[in-house]
Amino acid sequence: MPAYQFILNGQTVSVEAPADLPLLWALRDMLGVTGPKYGCGVGVCGACTSHLEGEAFRPCIQSVSGVAGSRVTTIEGLGGEGLHPVQQAWIAEDVAQCGFCQPGQIMAAVALLRKNLDPTDADIDAAMSDNVCRCGTYVRIRAAIKRAARQLRGEGPDLR
Amino acid sequence: MADTPQPNEVVVDRRRFLTWVVASPALVVAARLGLDVPSADAAKTEAATAETALNAYVAIQADGGIHATLPRTEMGQGITTGVAMLVAEELDVSLGSVEVRTADADARWLIQLTGLSSTMRYLAGPIRAAAATARARLVTAAANRWHVPAQSLTTVNGEVVAPDGRRACYGSLAEDAARVLLLLVSAQPKNPSAYTVVGQPTGRIDAMQLVTGAARYALDLDIPGAVPVVVARPPTLRGTVRDFDASAALAMPGVLGVARIPTGVAVAAGNFSQAFAARDALNVSWAPGPASHLSDADIRARLRDAIGARPLPPLFTARTLEGRFDFPYLAHAPMETQSCVARVTSDSAELWLGAQDPKFVQREVAQALGWALTPQRVTVHTARAGGGFGRRFFAEAAVEAAHISRALSRPVKLMWTRNDDMRHGRYRPASHHRILAYVGANGSILGWNHRAAIPTVEFPHGFGDVLTSLLGIFLPEVTSATFFALTQHVPYRFGLVGQELREVSLPIPTASFRSVFTSQVGVANEVFVDQLARELGRDPVELRRSQLTSSRLKAVLDKVVLEGAWGRPLPPGVAQGVAVLEEWDSAIAHLVEVDVTGEAPRVLRVVIAADVGLPINPKSIEAQLQGAAIDAFSTTLSAGIHIDAGAVREGSFADYRWLRMKHAPSEIAVHLVRSDDRVGGVGELGYPSAAAALTNAIARATGTMPTRFPLLDAGA
Ligand code: FES
Ligand code: FES
Repeated sequence: MPAYQFILNGQTVSVEAPADLPLLWALRDMLGVTGPKYGCGVGVCGACTSHLEGEAFRPCIQSVSGVAGSRVTTIEGLGGEGLHPVQQAWIAEDVAQCGFCQPGQIMAAVALLRKNLDPTDADIDAAMSDNVCRCGTYVRIRAAIKRAARQLRGEGPDLR
Repeated sequence: MADTPQPNEVVVDRRRFLTWVVASPALVVAARLGLDVPSADAAKTEAATAETALNAYVAIQADGGIHATLPRTEMGQGITTGVAMLVAEELDVSLGSVEVRTADADARWLIQLTGLSSTMRYLAGPIRAAAATARARLVTAAANRWHVPAQSLTTVNGEVVAPDGRRACYGSLAEDAARVLLLLVSAQPKNPSAYTVVGQPTGRIDAMQLVTGAARYALDLDIPGAVPVVVARPPTLRGTVRDFDASAALAMPGVLGVARIPTGVAVAAGNFSQAFAARDALNVSWAPGPASHLSDADIRARLRDAIGARPLPPLFTARTLEGRFDFPYLAHAPMETQSCVARVTSDSAELWLGAQDPKFVQREVAQALGWALTPQRVTVHTARAGGGFGRRFFAEAAVEAAHISRALSRPVKLMWTRNDDMRHGRYRPASHHRILAYVGANGSILGWNHRAAIPTVEFPHGFGDVLTSLLGIFLPEVTSATFFALTQHVPYRFGLVGQELREVSLPIPTASFRSVFTSQVGVANEVFVDQLARELGRDPVELRRSQLTSSRLKAVLDKVVLEGAWGRPLPPGVAQGVAVLEEWDSAIAHLVEVDVTGEAPRVLRVVIAADVGLPINPKSIEAQLQGAAIDAFSTTLSAGIHIDAGAVREGSFADYRWLRMKHAPSEIAVHLVRSDDRVGGVGELGYPSAAAALTNAIARATGTMPTRFPLLDAGA
């Protein structure tokens, strides 16, 4: 079986797998990285959302061969030493309920803020509407994204 | 047991609790509702020794660690945080020093079911009683050690402090505290007016795990040797395997075994991708399920037929208004699909899953394995659940995983695919409603008659115990009829009020959904109250205020009218709607603003006022109510299940159209109104009046009352 190497959360890993193995199962079943969740397996719920070269993508519909040589970041690799400002904002807004969708939501939000430090409601709608939250935390997700954006723009603590 | 301290009696919210020390050297205090309260198992409870029936534990370890063990499952409601707050409050320790654990299935827990909005209502008493008793024991132990009057001691930040400055941390006192025979200070919990932790908006204690991916759900657990398993399932609900050929599947890469189980054919493989591929390579011939003669149209006809003829109107009726409503089947669709890890050996079984009723899981699995008489062979560990909503009261995935693990002689990780979860689940049943409002010549309301035709709802066994303890009525088994009668009320002075359930038997599996019958009956009532107002030319708020029987409902209605600026000028195509609900000791009102000028109605703004008595954690109450509103809007507007010849049409969130970010209102404001200090239910409270207020807003914006849900269903 072929082996595919990629950089997962800063470390080089190698997976022996058929070329078309969806990355989600390489992560969860072979590498023990369980932050990305299975919610549909067909790219419609966003529960597995992670980053490929810094862009949001869906490991459930991305083959492992397609990420060979690339940088993959899951929720586990987001913070580095401390928490990423988006994670901090998630805590400050007390976003999570059951939490199952939240790794995907956070990764989608980070990808949005990488490109747009001052997202409008319409920008947030566009970037976040492919991530389902069955617990209905959307209002708080929106607030957390805005909070993180202010922080990332260097506007300091939120005084609302 | 001669040297065991006697139980202490503690009163919280007018209910008497017994607390007692469970074990030394750590100080472990258990609590249970006193025997003066009628209980489902009154006889059994009396016979039981103090150690064998309990509601909650609080433990103080010799190292100072404080643990609360609770027989409930965290599914996103924030109950672990709420319990930690109560413990921290009574013990005067920091929130961070309290760890809350969920208990394995165990017969000693009187009630181990998470549902019916009952967790905090039911546990707040015993938790406070146990923690306050622990504090009294610690203070008494310190007084004995220092030979000072116990009354002179205070507790601060995990220490007992004497006036002369001496201090002892709880851990150092735990062993002595467990042996105290006579309490020298009161074990009575604090008065709520003295609270500094409870009642403060508080973030989740597990927030760190939740945002870093460290939170583990059943399939994230590392159970040695557990292999991925999926199940090939029939095209129709509860179809069965006639015959199958697994030779092609068994030859696929990574395949570790195939097993026929009552619900399908299971495949184990090295990873889930291999398991999917092998499942697809199975050759199975299926026998149709019991509902294969039924489609939506048949079901609707059956429900309509069950309504029957109109009853006679009350005397002096000048006009009878009739409303008819249709609600769809709904899937619970928790974000985490049904999943279970199981390890079955020749004489025992161990399971890990997010379960709303682990004792039921234990019984079902024991029975499936032929151990009905020795259920203690089955250990059920409750994992954090990725949403429940009523779906996890049942044990299908656990029973399947147990069968498969036994058949393959290895630990397994069973995952239902999203398709499995949507198409082979249990459903909030569809329903048809006829409401008759009787109006006198002068416009007075003389009567209200609501008949609801609803397929039988299957309730889990644990409901009986919960209702018994909450309502004080002996209810060993709960049927649709009793649950309907107990929960469905019309909160208005409407003269002769009658509400009847016409139970219809259909072979489609059901389960209760957030707010159970109120998600249909209560919604239809509140929508038709608006219609009545329209017919009488009255303002819907004014009509409600004039007829409401509950002061709590009037207060919350007034609050949303004020905060939401009821009647403010709005552009064309935008309108407001209101609705109210009182249930499980709580009252709520919703005001919704909707814009109907676009392709689909869009909720712009939501204002909620809720009276939940003592708000233990306002932040999590707000979260629950916001989430329930999204539930209500999703299922009112766009998410519903269709049945085609006994098969469920929807297969994922692609066609089960739950609201997305772009549909969600930008604001859902929650205002808490507090009428007393009893703890009211929160989990289900936020659904019915949110759905009704949205519908009422749409009716006011369009001039037509919607009667078929979900509104955006092409077929509706
Ligand atoms: S699991 Fe990947 S999008 Fe749903
Ligand atoms: S927090 Fe439960 S699905 Fe989003």
